[in-house]
Amino acid sequence: MRIAVDAEACVGSGLCALATPEVFDQDDTDGSVVLLAAEPPPEFFDAVRDAIESCPVKAISMAGHQE
Amino acid sequence: MTMSTEPPALPTRRMNPWDPPAELAGFRAREPIRRLRYPDGHVGWLVTSHSLARSVLADPRFSARSELKRAPVARPGVDLFFGVPALPGWLVDMDAPEHTRIRRQLAGRFTAHRMRELKPQIEQLVEDHLAAMARSKPPIDLVEAFALPVPSLTICELLGVPYGERADFQRNSATLFRLEASVDDAAKAMEHLNGLLRGLVEHKRGRPSDDLLSMLVTDGTLSTEEIAGVGVLLLTAGHETTANSLSLGTFALLSHPDQLARLKADPSLVDNTVEELLRYLTIFHFGVPRTPVVDVEIAGQRLRAGESVTVSLPAANRDPEHFDEPDRLDLSRRTTGHLAFGYGIHQCIGQNLARIEMRIALQALFRRFPDLALAVPPTEVPVSTDMGIYGVHRLPVTW
Repeated sequence: MRIAVDAEACVGSGLCALATPEVFDQDDTDGSVVLLAAEPPPEFFDAVRDAIESCPVKAISMAGHQE
Repeated sequence: MTMSTEPPALPTRRMNPWDPPAELAGFRAREPIRRLRYPDGHVGWLVTSHSLARSVLADPRFSARSELKRAPVARPGVDLFFGVPALPGWLVDMDAPEHTRIRRQLAGRFTAHRMRELKPQIEQLVEDHLAAMARSKPPIDLVEAFALPVPSLTICELLGVPYGERADFQRNSATLFRLEASVDDAAKAMEHLNGLLRGLVEHKRGRPSDDLLSMLVTDGTLSTEEIAGVGVLLLTAGHETTANSLSLGTFALLSHPDQLARLKADPSLVDNTVEELLRYLTIFHFGVPRTPVVDVEIAGQRLRAGESVTVSLPAANRDPEHFDEPDRLDLSRRTTGHLAFGYGIHQCIGQNLARIEMRIALQALFRRFPDLALAVPPTEVPVSTDMGIYGVHRLPVTW
């Protein structure tokens, strides 16, 4: 799983960073998403999928195999 | 005789404290976007499904500008906000790029890690209030003793508003949320809150500290009027919503003993409990107003520019297409994608603060008072259907 984020589209709701701080953080000045792990280990796959589904502006996406 | 084809008004009558008005489920099943009659006679649209709610709220063709907004329920006081341009700093009533400019100034102060840093402070507040409760003689009103002061103190601390002003701002804030408030009452309440915040902003210009208002003052991007407006918005939204979620959430748990027993047996359920209560109760109970600025075709319907749209968050959060058995409170269900905080660029900026407050408060409340119970029959709990934010006016409890 490879993740990409769009910090321009991000409005800093912070759902991703609250649920999965190992993968996502937020910029201290404008709250926009900061990707900590573009290729997280499998134990985070479910959480990343939740983050993708929850993001209110679809600023998170993934590519690559999904298992 | 011909059948009347006049579109219905927004249903608002509840059969019980938990479920949204029953008609909404019928609308959602048959016509998830349908015509809606507004109190002023305008005929617009009502959106009730989860997928269409997300589509509309994510679509920049649907404006949030207040001069285009129309309230779906009779509410004289909102004429102060709707139909006129956004008040300075009121980003909820703006579109990009004006909205973006202000949101980016604020979002850095509500990041997940900042909210986590607030945990010890909130835990202390919660412990102090529960200790005071334990010293008093039941029955007591949980709203007054716990559910209102904890979020009020938290948002005051974060913004840099003296808690000593609470009697004042809680009263004026309640006026703004009261459906029956006249334009005059709302204007006075707003002027009062604006005056309070303007004074604070001026004060912080000379003596900035570590709070959000001081940061906005020091940064210098927003004007005094804008900072005061942002302050009023965050102060009012920041305590009414969480206070109602906490008290109504406690009422819901006390009324669903099988679910409460699960939480008591496994306190780690608390994170999902909060999400499920947010979904199940959806206190933003009338819905989100939006207005297409161009003609839009959606789900086979053609919406004309300027026709008001109401997105029913309570209906969307009970959509069986997205949630299994949506009308059941289930503390371990999958809640991902619930819309209690809205969706799109305007999704609640304080949502993680609300989450952390609710998690700490609910866990500590039932740890300290495992025998907490309603002190009146459930039918006698005064629910606030007369307010813009749903909840309870009082929650008499005993232990």
